Amino acid sequence: MNRAKLLVLQVLVAVALLAIWHVITVYPIFGSVKNAQFFFSTPVDVLARVWRELSGTEIWGHLWITLQETILAFALGAGGGILVGFVFARNDLLAAVFDPYIKAANALPRVVLAPIFALWFGLGIWSKVALGFTLVFFIVFFNVYQGVREVSPTVLANARMLGMNERQLLRHVYWPAALTWMFSSLHTSVGFALVGAVVGEYLGSSAGLGYKIHEAESVFDVTGVFAGMFILAIFVILIDSLVTVIENRLLAWKPGQSNAR
Amino acid sequence: MQELSPAPVAVGLNGSAITFPLKGSATYTAVEGIDLAVRPGEFVAIVGPTGCGKSTLLNAAAGLLAPSAGQVDVFGAPLSGLNGRAGYLFQADALMPWKSAIDNVAVALEPKGVPRQQALEQAKAWLARVGLKSFVESYPHMLSGGQRKRVALAQMLIRDPEILLMDEPFGPLDAQTRQLMGNLLLKLWAADRKACMFVTHDLEEAIALADRVVVMSAGPAARIIGDFPVPLSRPRDTAEIRLDPEFHHIHKEIWASLRTEVQKAYGAEEIA
Ligand SMILES: Nc1ncnc2c1ncn2[C@@H]1O[C@H](COP(=O)(O)OP(=O)(O)OP(=O)(O)O)[C@@H](O)[C@H]1O
Ligand SMILES: [Mg+2]
Repeated sequence: MNRAKLLVLQVLVAVALLAIWHVITVYPIFGSVKNAQFFFSTPVDVLARVWRELSGTEIWGHLWITLQETILAFALGAGGGILVGFVFARNDLLAAVFDPYIKAANALPRVVLAPIFALWFGLGIWSKVALGFTLVFFIVFFNVYQGVREVSPTVLANARMLGMNERQLLRHVYWPAALTWMFSSLHTSVGFALVGAVVGEYLGSSAGLGYKIHEAESVFDVTGVFAGMFILAIFVILIDSLVTVIENRLLAWKPGQSNAR
Repeated sequence: MQELSPAPVAVGLNGSAITFPLKGSATYTAVEGIDLAVRPGEFVAIVGPTGCGKSTLLNAAAGLLAPSAGQVDVFGAPLSGLNGRAGYLFQADALMPWKSAIDNVAVALEPKGVPRQQALEQAKAWLARVGLKSFVESYPHMLSGGQRKRVALAQMLIRDPEILLMDEPFGPLDAQTRQLMGNLLLKLWAADRKACMFVTHDLEEAIALADRVVVMSAGPAARIIGDFPVPLSRPRDTAEIRLDPEFHHIHKEIWASLRTEVQKAYGAEEIA
């Protein structure tokens, strides 16, 4: 599809949603306008607040904190996931022994860990990094594990016939295979790093975007909550497009990456 | 069996059988009682109906599969583990999809300790030799099946192995390109005459290329049921040689034995 046309359609969706929102909250269709505005605010107010926030200085400090937490959670989670995924994939006994524990740990809802992390790591950024870590780690771990396990046996046999030793196999076969799978989950894991950060902030902190939203919520400032979500959404889109750029660069060899879309 | 000639056999399969474990305690014996000696400098083609165990045989010669009976000798010494003196061109795609053509070829020299810059230069020359000069930077998914096979051929030959194992290297090519590739292979092979095991399902190709054509029976427990010398002179042109009356004579002889096996494998009543 044509790029410009796509963009127009995407903008149209936003305009339509805003229009519906506007009509519902400004005209008394479902009862009193006051009520509707209390629960949903109005798009004009929200956008004005977003603008005011972004042109101020305070929000940037919060964004910076959230960004730091996201990057740290992602880097540590991905690093740990790659390492453990690799070791488990190459060691059947270890994988078999730890299998139930990994599954149990992954099935645990991470929100219940947030207060414990706050207790352990304090209310600063590290408790949020820890929360994001627990989310990112498992995604990357499962993908890397799968990637190393599912290396094409023919590619592997060929590499061995070329005389490669363990180290060279690791470098030329296992590692690229694992990275491929990791990158295929890049969007998800970066997203989860951010979720960990924001949820952590929301549940207890004194800075960050999640804190901002929580603060607005606690005084029933619905406009503030929506403005916070808007800023979060913009932030997410920016990070995600950055990930896409990195991905296209690193996975140039993959079919359908370079010229599809 | 004792070899009388002084030069040891490059690859010798002696009474080899290969059995695969199936579900439960069942097994499937793919090949059995295989006696095959490939001498240095000899080009042996292996033909047989699909599923008879040709790839299995090459895997055994490569050391990727251990025979369940008998043994594999490489230059007189029993093979254990991988056959480090052999290069193997696999039937399935075996290139590293994350490496460009030139990197795929150059990486083959890394285990030999060739410096990277030098390896890249040699790889470039090899890609030119197999007619892929303008595809140096292409990734495998951007190449056609035949182009990928040629990259794999360069990857195998750049290491200069003493034994070549090739499993239907020209499988995905059209008839004309097959002949061109056959000529290319013969030219490269003639330069230093390695021992060569070449699997194909195309009998004409086998005769055109090889010094000997080995025919296998249909599986299970496939055996070698014919071993035909091809006394055609070299150098050969794979297209022209098909017009040689001697070629027809050999073809007729081998086809007579192959035909019944192919019929068995397909369970067909009659093949024209
Ligand atoms: N890992 C395996 N486990 C069980 N059976 C196998 C295995 N590998 C091969 N076989 C069986 O062994 C037989 C020989 O297989 P092989 O791949 O050697 O055939 P082939 O002669 O190369 O056939 P084609 O010409 O189609 O490539 C087949 O019947 C196949 O089903
Ligand atoms: Mg085969």
